[in-house]
Amino acid sequence: MNEFLLVFRRDYKTRETQPSPEQLQAHLSRWRAWFEDLKARDLLARPLQPWEPAGKVLKHDKSVTDGPFAEIKESIGGFIVIKAENYDQAVKIAEGSPILELGGSVEIRQAAG
Amino acid sequence: MEESALIPHLFRTEYRKMISVLCARFGIEHIEQAEDIVSETFLAATESWSTRGVPENPQGWLYTTAKHKTLNWLKRNNFFREKLLPDLRYSTPEGEEPDIDLSDRNISDSQLAMMFTVCHPSIPPESQVALALNLLCGFGAQEIADAYLTTPAVIYKRLGRAKEKLKEAGIPVEQPSAREISERINAVLKTIYLLFSEGYFSSSNNAVVRKELCVEAMRLNYLLVEQPLANLPAANALLALMCFHASRFDARVGESGEIMLYHEQDASRWNRELIEKGEYYLNQAATGPMLTTYHIEAAIAWWHTHQEDTPEKWDNILDLYNRLLILQYSPMAALNRTYALARARGKQPAIREAEKLALTDNFLYYSLLGNLYTGVDDEKAIRHYQTARQLANTPSGVAAMEKYIAELTHRPVH
Repeated sequence: MNEFLLVFRRDYKTRETQPSPEQLQAHLSRWRAWFEDLKARDLLARPLQPWEPAGKVLKHDKSVTDGPFAEIKESIGGFIVIKAENYDQAVKIAEGSPILELGGSVEIRQAAG
Repeated sequence: MEESALIPHLFRTEYRKMISVLCARFGIEHIEQAEDIVSETFLAATESWSTRGVPENPQGWLYTTAKHKTLNWLKRNNFFREKLLPDLRYSTPEGEEPDIDLSDRNISDSQLAMMFTVCHPSIPPESQVALALNLLCGFGAQEIADAYLTTPAVIYKRLGRAKEKLKEAGIPVEQPSAREISERINAVLKTIYLLFSEGYFSSSNNAVVRKELCVEAMRLNYLLVEQPLANLPAANALLALMCFHASRFDARVGESGEIMLYHEQDASRWNRELIEKGEYYLNQAATGPMLTTYHIEAAIAWWHTHQEDTPEKWDNILDLYNRLLILQYSPMAALNRTYALARARGKQPAIREAEKLALTDNFLYYSLLGNLYTGVDDEKAIRHYQTARQLANTPSGVAAMEKYIAELTHRPVH
């Protein structure tokens, strides 16, 4: 088994498709269901870890600002580390991620070495 | 709180508060930014809460997150210093971190301020209602579309245009002065009245949305009477009117979901507490020289809180309708007056008056004629109920008409 990093990115700015409260609730349920499923199939390489929604950004000149900003077109919604044989399998697993239903994407990286 | 309804509930109660506070802070020209920040906050909640569960104080979590996002936005590209600071209204002493005040006090002040911004004379009335639903009540395009029997796309466009107008006009979101209150109070009250009517009388089948519309209208009105400058007789009269109507909200629906007309209702299901509140606000309204339509409508609604029929009751209601029509004519008020006329003076004069109105595309018109002709000319009554049934656009309306037709059809011949 190899380890793969799944990074969830979301397009925050698409106003026309902003979800309704009921859709948000359903979205939350699907995230939970998906995580439960990954746990049950023992596909999580690390325990789930929530991240604060706001953090810091360190720039090239070593200046630190609060971030990420609302203006960043895509924002990282979180990431998990899963177990999979290969990219094909990791992609297959990532296809279940609810981030896709709100116009987001998943970046997949295999742990090297 | 059922967890499955948590986010919709929080969205309804908190979205509008955060929007008003942020708009009061930045100015209405940055309304879209405020909406983005609040929407993102809710999206972030779905992700964060999916891994660790719902926090103990979800409202606090939302406020903290929205605050962080806002402060980050303010700092971005020195936005705060360059664009907001030159305008003194939003300034913060040099070197001090800008803050976002999400105290209860500031939340209700901001919502009141937003109400008067949305009801500025430069905003067309139909936009005022849509904006109020969206910004003051936290209704999304889908829910507004449900209430108005149209598509979310139509509502989305209407909201977009209304927000453009709001931005163009650049009306400050701030505590209205006594002069601004007197200039805009009529529009504010009218908007609240329309919100309530949409919930109470609407043809939409979504009972949950309809009830929430009524609750929201009353909540906004409550904000007004809580503010000394806006606590005007007309505002109290409108609140009294809504309390009386709302007291019958649940009794209006029978066991199988059919409409229960006033005289069929089980008066023990009327909400006494709301009736008493209504009486309190009606008393508060009885000051000053202005007699508004809200006063008269509230007085009519007060008489209706007594189900027992007395000649005094219907005489008074008829008299009030006469005064209402003089103050402001509307076909629906005229139609309602004919019912009062029937109760006070008998069916024959009422039929004559009703038929003069000739509201031939109106469900209620035929439903009333059916009622008036019942016992006078049952054949005609049935025909009117049949026409009403065809015009009814809700299942409950259809069910009620079918019930009356069945009753008349099975009535033994005299």
